[in-house]
Amino acid sequence: MSAVNVLSGTSTLLYKEVLRFWKVSFQTVAAPVLTAILYLLIFGHVLEDHVKVFGSVGYTSFLIPGLVMMSVLQNAFANSSSSLIQSKITGNLVFLLVAPLSHWAWFLAYVGASVVRGFVVGAGVMIATVWFAPLHLANPLWIIVFGLAGAAMMGALGLVAGLWAEKFDQIAAFQNFIIMPMTFLSGVFYSVGSLPPFWKAVSHLNPFFYMIDGFRHGFFGVSDVSPWVSLAVVGGSLIVVCGLCLHLLKIGYKIRH
Amino acid sequence: MPGHMPAISFQNVGKTYAGARGATRALDDVSFDIEAGEFFGLLGPNGAGKTTLISILAGLARASSGTVKVLGHDVVTDYAAARRSLGIVPQELVFDPFFSVREALRIQSGYFGVRSDKRANDAWIDELLANLGLTDKADSNMRQLSGGMKRRVLVAQALVHRPPVIVLDEPTAGVDVELRQTLWQFVARLNREGHTVLLTTHYLEEAEALCGRLAMLKQGKVVALDRTSALLAGTASTMLRFKMDAALPASLAAQSRVTGRIVQITAHDAHEVETILGVLRAAGCQPEDLEIGRADLEDVFLEIMNGPPRTIEQAKVAV
Repeated sequence: MSAVNVLSGTSTLLYKEVLRFWKVSFQTVAAPVLTAILYLLIFGHVLEDHVKVFGSVGYTSFLIPGLVMMSVLQNAFANSSSSLIQSKITGNLVFLLVAPLSHWAWFLAYVGASVVRGFVVGAGVMIATVWFAPLHLANPLWIIVFGLAGAAMMGALGLVAGLWAEKFDQIAAFQNFIIMPMTFLSGVFYSVGSLPPFWKAVSHLNPFFYMIDGFRHGFFGVSDVSPWVSLAVVGGSLIVVCGLCLHLLKIGYKIRH
Repeated sequence: MPGHMPAISFQNVGKTYAGARGATRALDDVSFDIEAGEFFGLLGPNGAGKTTLISILAGLARASSGTVKVLGHDVVTDYAAARRSLGIVPQELVFDPFFSVREALRIQSGYFGVRSDKRANDAWIDELLANLGLTDKADSNMRQLSGGMKRRVLVAQALVHRPPVIVLDEPTAGVDVELRQTLWQFVARLNREGHTVLLTTHYLEEAEALCGRLAMLKQGKVVALDRTSALLAGTASTMLRFKMDAALPASLAAQSRVTGRIVQITAHDAHEVETILGVLRAAGCQPEDLEIGRADLEDVFLEIMNGPPRTIEQAKVAV
């Protein structure tokens, strides 16, 4: 197979996956941006005058990067998982299954489109919320690294969930009982450093905490743990999830019988 | 023969599905070749293994044993070349609701790496749309199309990368006469131009009219494999057809096929025809619109399917 064909197949699938969510962008982009604004308005209004984080950072300023990253992660997961389960259930996955696409092509395209959607929604949340509180960019490189790694990991995890699930409610259960609690309990709305020791230790077992904390470090230059520790945990988790995802795609798990 | 390469080659293909009630043998040692340029029919009752065999060919399922090759490319170890040589029209009426007809075709061609020559690809897409009567639907969303139109798009999607081997898995199930005519004219033209066609269908008159050679599957095994003309010639060649309101005499029931008032009885020679008519007279039956004609593929099919199990050697009549 020539390199041009491989590139064309992968880029076409990436294009199709991006076009798919863009065609319903009111649901896939505008809705999560609105949700993040509502979180900011409600939590910011209630807690702005009562909570200071990292010594001098106002609560609303603290909350914005957390909401951006949470939106990136949730939407990256939603993109690959919902696309795959829809194609499996409606049967149009056959168009991909009969095509000469390798498991790498599937992986790069689905995860790539998840990263694109995560970044589009994240940028939307940032643009919509940045007016509510002063925000600094202490180290933009950390923002990009954690944003990219987090979105890629969630895109790959969404692909794993999409391969495993046989019904829409299984994807919903994955999202509501695993992804949602882990993102909400990762320090989006509070500093994990302020928790009692037990819950602080529990939070440190949650890889989502390191994604949020590392991402936030890029804005404030301070965080609950060193960004290098966060990078090691997120990088390790990314490798494990991507390895699992590639293996399942290669063996055709639940898609080639 | 030196340099001989079949368009499709099935060699000792077996498929076992593990289930809660134990293993199910869907295909059992299926072996045959389809030559380049053939219009080949794969027939069998529901559950015979036709779609399983097509699924293995297309890469939708994996064989438990044996090998399948398309133009010499193994569908597992050399899947990219094998799939590039194949155009599959799936049995199910599936579509992607997010895209228009033209978008769906462009995307499908892109998967096969043919978007690099965009102008030539768009010209081919236009030709496909015109030949399948879809030109005025090109920019319609797939959701807006009727079932027949969706079926046409499935055919276009299978052909969009110009595959030399085309597989049609029951393409006319539930479609109207006009689409059948359009589809068969187009596929017959592609076959004349050198494409190999593998067709599975339950419409045996279509298989008889189109396919030069046939294989019949029964319970996962090949029970007949021959030229269509040889299969028709090699079996009971006479068929009595008549209409009758009364019940058939019990002695004729076993060899008869009754559809409403229409009765069809196979006979092997003129003497047997006389015997059948004698039995009817003796029973006081009054057949109407009596015809004596040649057996068609449906009769051959039923005879083979209802007959005793055959060995592979018996099935390979003219290979």
